[in-house]
Amino acid sequence: MTSTSEPAQRVPAAPTAPAAVPGRAPVVRRRSGRLVAGVAGGIADHLGIDVLWVRGAFTLLAALSGAGVIAYVLCWVFIRQEPAEVVRHVSRRERQQALGLAALGLGLAIAGSALGGTVFGWIIGPLGVAAVGAAVVWREADESRRRRWTAGARAGVSGGGWKTIARVAAGVLFVAAGISVFLLGRVNLGQVQFTLLAVGATLIGVGVLTVPWWVRLMQELGEERRERIRVVERAEIAAHLHDSVLQTLALIQKQAEQPREVRRLARGQERELRGWLHGPTGYGARKQAGGTDGPAEPGTLAEAVTAAAAEVEDTYAVTVRPVVVGDCPLDEQLSALVAASREAMVNAAKHAGVTEVSLYVEVEADAVSVFVRDRGVGFEPDQVPADRHGLENSVHGRMARYGGSVKLRSASGEGTEVQLEMSRQPQKVRENGS
Amino acid sequence: MTEPSESPEPAEQDEATPIRVFLVDDHALFRSGVRAELDPGVADVTVVGEAGSVAEAVAGIRHLAPDVVLLDVHMPDGGGAEVLRQLRPELPDIVFLALSVSDAAEDVIAVIRAGARGYVTKTINGRELAEAVRRVRAGDAVFSPRLAGFVLDAFSDRPGAAPPVDPELDRLTPRERDVLRLLARGYAYKEIAAELFISVKTVETHVSSVLRKTQLSNRYELSRWASDRRLV
Repeated sequence: MTSTSEPAQRVPAAPTAPAAVPGRAPVVRRRSGRLVAGVAGGIADHLGIDVLWVRGAFTLLAALSGAGVIAYVLCWVFIRQEPAEVVRHVSRRERQQALGLAALGLGLAIAGSALGGTVFGWIIGPLGVAAVGAAVVWREADESRRRRWTAGARAGVSGGGWKTIARVAAGVLFVAAGISVFLLGRVNLGQVQFTLLAVGATLIGVGVLTVPWWVRLMQELGEERRERIRVVERAEIAAHLHDSVLQTLALIQKQAEQPREVRRLARGQERELRGWLHGPTGYGARKQAGGTDGPAEPGTLAEAVTAAAAEVEDTYAVTVRPVVVGDCPLDEQLSALVAASREAMVNAAKHAGVTEVSLYVEVEADAVSVFVRDRGVGFEPDQVPADRHGLENSVHGRMARYGGSVKLRSASGEGTEVQLEMSRQPQKVRENGS
Repeated sequence: MTEPSESPEPAEQDEATPIRVFLVDDHALFRSGVRAELDPGVADVTVVGEAGSVAEAVAGIRHLAPDVVLLDVHMPDGGGAEVLRQLRPELPDIVFLALSVSDAAEDVIAVIRAGARGYVTKTINGRELAEAVRRVRAGDAVFSPRLAGFVLDAFSDRPGAAPPVDPELDRLTPRERDVLRLLARGYAYKEIAAELFISVKTVETHVSSVLRKTQLSNRYELSRWASDRRLV
């Protein structure tokens, strides 16, 4: 249908009338360059078209039982004159043309009334109603809308192609048919279904005629909604930056003398912002998911391990850089693995004497491996003092209870690496793989 | 901000000639920080110029012809990938090393696929950065632990994934996988060599091979990350 092709035709027309055009002047009657009362000239100025068209329209309307003459007189009465004299030159040819048109109009009016209203009545009635409606809409519309309408109308007439013409013709036909059938039916038959038919045809006609208007309405609604979403997003980002980043910067300025505290604050803020931007529950992720996601369940290994690393960072003011390859749902065994990893990180943070700890987690089909590494002082595993049971209990014991294994590599001065491995239950593998 | 502070030096490639580095980053603060770390502290690396936008970078690099370009991933007008796109075809000898705070796989993979020979995070210290510059200058690849993780992730065989189109490019050998794992665990090349009982040279060969596959493979994960950044 034509309605589907409408946007493609109309959209390019709209941007051609941007704010560069000065505001449309209100309708005033011309003081100079007029022939009768300056009505036609004033309307032509307002619409930005040649005055000849307006005069022609009045002439044609005059043929319809003198409607043009009445309209002209009404305009004369109700439209005020322009406040100041503007010099306009009226050529001899234009004057002759206008006089001819005026005479023609008067003649047509007389002829029309002589023929009687029956023939023209069917046409004049609907046309009059349509004209009054159009005038009201024009009066109520704001400036930008008027500009778009005229641009659209020009495109429709000059460049719109046969589709526009066909649409307008079909609409007019439907309206005229509907109303004439309605009139005929009332006069001759008075049947109900006839009336319904007429009303239906009229409605279809009006619908077809107003297709561009509907399309434009939908576009404007969409544009408005997009703008609203943009405003909301901007507010959300501003709120977030204010709550987190600015607060942290203020704290950092206050504690500038304590490097350890500054590093802890900065690292914590960095992590938080990264999580918000790129994380699974953050700002970027929500946009991709369509904004309907609730708070994500902390149910995967990657999230749990990253959270544990963050906690160690916050507590011991070290930097832990987690690298996680693959992911899987968290079960009891893997929770134990995460707890053991956390203990290994705490050990590194407390005893290695370094500011950075590496954490690498790899999820494979049958097992999960965790490596916690530091480049600190290291130690000889055989010579651990008897009062230090952290590694023995929290790491070895925990892993052993769930069927995992621990390997420890360390030497004095060469750092420490704790390697944890936990096999995965077969059904979990299948579940993840499907 | 392009500063032709030193005119291009005569091309005598002996040991004494410092590696000439060009800095591209839209944050002036960061540029001055890197300059302060590299210039006085490291004898064999010298910063010859810097740029704060894609256009400045393209003009400055053409003019100065540096050995190594340190390239920020995130910049207005297309970022580091855009600089690479404009300069790689005409200046294939200049080596690019990506330097970013980004944690997003698509950013990192995109700039690698555009032709950077490595990726390091901005938290790297001056000594490590100088080492990375030397390494890429010598023709090797530089993988930070995070990049190694991303690449392992992209090449991992998930159940139900599409079969590789080109097995030579779309799969990592077990040895390459071992090397990447150790890189992701934070090992230096020397430590990796000791761990795997191979020479450092062999480690470098494996890493370069992984870089080549990352740049050329059409594996779904890699091309998806790249196409998100309109690179493919």
